[in-house]
Amino acid sequence: MRNVGYIVLALAFPLMILAYESFYKVNETEQVIITQFGKPVGDVINKSGLKIKTPFIQTVNRIEKRILLWDGSANDMPTKDKLYITVDTFGRWRIKDPLQYYLRLRDERSAQSRLEDILGSETRNAVAKHELIEIIRTTKGRIPNIDPLLASVDIGKLLPIQRGRRLIEQDIFSAAADKLSEFGIELLDIRFKRINYNESVRKKIYQRMISERQQIAEKFRSEGAGEAARIIGNKERELQRIQSEAYREIQTIQGDSDAEATEIYASAYNSDPSSRDLYGFVKTLEAYKSVVDEKTTLILTTNSELYKMFGRSISKIEK
Amino acid sequence: MQTKMKPPGFDVRLSPSRISLVISAVILVMAFLGSYYTVSAESVGVLQRFGHYHEVVDPGLHFKIPFGIDSVTQVPVKRQLKEEFGFGTPGATFSQQMTSATEWNLETTMVTGDLNTALIEWVIQFRIENAFDFLFKVREPADALRDVSESVMREVIGDRTVDEVLTIGRQDIESSAQEKMQEVVNLYQMGLRIDQVQLKNVNPPRPVQSSFDEVNEAQQEREQMINVARGEYNKAVPRASGIADQKIQAAKGYAMQRVNRAQGDASKFNALFDEYLKAPEVTKKRLYLETMIEIIPNINQKIIIDDAANSVLPLLQIATPNLVKNTVKRTQK
Repeated sequence: MRNVGYIVLALAFPLMILAYESFYKVNETEQVIITQFGKPVGDVINKSGLKIKTPFIQTVNRIEKRILLWDGSANDMPTKDKLYITVDTFGRWRIKDPLQYYLRLRDERSAQSRLEDILGSETRNAVAKHELIEIIRTTKGRIPNIDPLLASVDIGKLLPIQRGRRLIEQDIFSAAADKLSEFGIELLDIRFKRINYNESVRKKIYQRMISERQQIAEKFRSEGAGEAARIIGNKERELQRIQSEAYREIQTIQGDSDAEATEIYASAYNSDPSSRDLYGFVKTLEAYKSVVDEKTTLILTTNSELYKMFGRSISKIEK
Repeated sequence: MQTKMKPPGFDVRLSPSRISLVISAVILVMAFLGSYYTVSAESVGVLQRFGHYHEVVDPGLHFKIPFGIDSVTQVPVKRQLKEEFGFGTPGATFSQQMTSATEWNLETTMVTGDLNTALIEWVIQFRIENAFDFLFKVREPADALRDVSESVMREVIGDRTVDEVLTIGRQDIESSAQEKMQEVVNLYQMGLRIDQVQLKNVNPPRPVQSSFDEVNEAQQEREQMINVARGEYNKAVPRASGIADQKIQAAKGYAMQRVNRAQGDASKFNALFDEYLKAPEVTKKRLYLETMIEIIPNINQKIIIDDAANSVLPLLQIATPNLVKNTVKRTQK
């Protein structure tokens, strides 16, 4: 009884090892290639779950099933218009033919470096064939919104493009996809992540931006001065208009009233000879009143209308 | 080894039944500990059996098959996650929320559609919508999202002018970036939902900043110059128009006065004339005398001489030398 117990215990351990060697799990994220002495045997196992293999002889090679990231390194390259830019790309890929992949690349690190080689050089080719703006812009013929404050300035224009970013990305994609498929890799997508001016170009770009802004600023100042001058001009014109119109009206009013008064006088004084005579007489008397004051020395003879009685009475007394 | 799992007072001696007893006790304890799990309130659990996707379980306490047969991954589907670009807020909830500070400068710098440069900081907020896709379709989905976000943001900025980016286009950029990011995320089957894209600081590059400020200042200057001129206009023109009105009114007053006086004078004359016609001589004489009566009392020096008495004149102290001379001459004769 005791011996049997030992035997069971002694057997349990190798049995466990055997089970461990015969069964394996395939995760939802994996596909598996079974190799026998380094040589793949059977089909690719791409269904997840618990699987059986020949113990000890066969080895499980787990290969990623999910979509993978390729993050390219940032490279300096010239565009068609000879601008040096730094381009950073990224791509999505997956292992479509694990057997091919396993045979040609074996692991992910060599896959990544192959991707870097192929996508890097295709990116370089595509960038060299296009002007910078083609890589920057996407939507052909988009009309930008213009800041109403800047509406008077001739800026805010998008440079025109023939193809645009998406089409260039597709160029790279189609050129690289074929080359990668022989490694069992399916390229799903490649996109530009970052595009920046190279350090050497940047200074010039900044200089251009500065001069563009200064030109706008000058235009604003000049617009201000111009508009101010226009307003001052309007002011001068308005003043002249108001004053001259007033002058005209005043002269007309005064002239009209003078004419009317003259007519009134004339019609009263000039109606017949005796009225003319009376007018002359009355006016003369009025003139005396204003001409003669207390400083006047008046010499009157007794011959005058006022004193004519004087002389007579004196001579009468002397007689 | 002998002390392990052995209660005190037991016989130290090994026997197969004791060993198997100990082993099965250990197995039992492990089975118990590995047979339940809790899913937190903000998450769902994704249960895999032998690595194969089995089911998605709701929050709460659940049982599973132990010994690595069932495995559970918690996916926080209800948590709002965010990724920051060009800056970082301390206290990140997961490692991809921000990059290291050395990367920020590269993240923000972008080329606009008029080949200018702008610095853009932004945040995306997202949630895990589909736990299955998130776990099994794409590896490193949070890193992938960072790449997608940067790429799409540059695509959107690349289609806009620097002025749109800096001032008027913000909302437009946010909404079209969100839309495009969602499209790419769907294409990649990342199982994510982009809730929001928010632009944070948007600036021109530092060496250019001052010239952008200059434009703003010039804008202010322009408005100021125009306002000053308008002020001058407003100061002068209404006043001039008032003064003109004043003068016109005065002229109208003059006109009325002129006509009224004429009419008054005329009617006074006419009245006199009517009387005059009845007795011309008497009226004339009366008028003359009335005038004289009025005038003469006011005069200080009055000399009344007889018609014939010419010789009196030389005696008069008249201040006119010529007259004196003449009179002297006459006397000598």
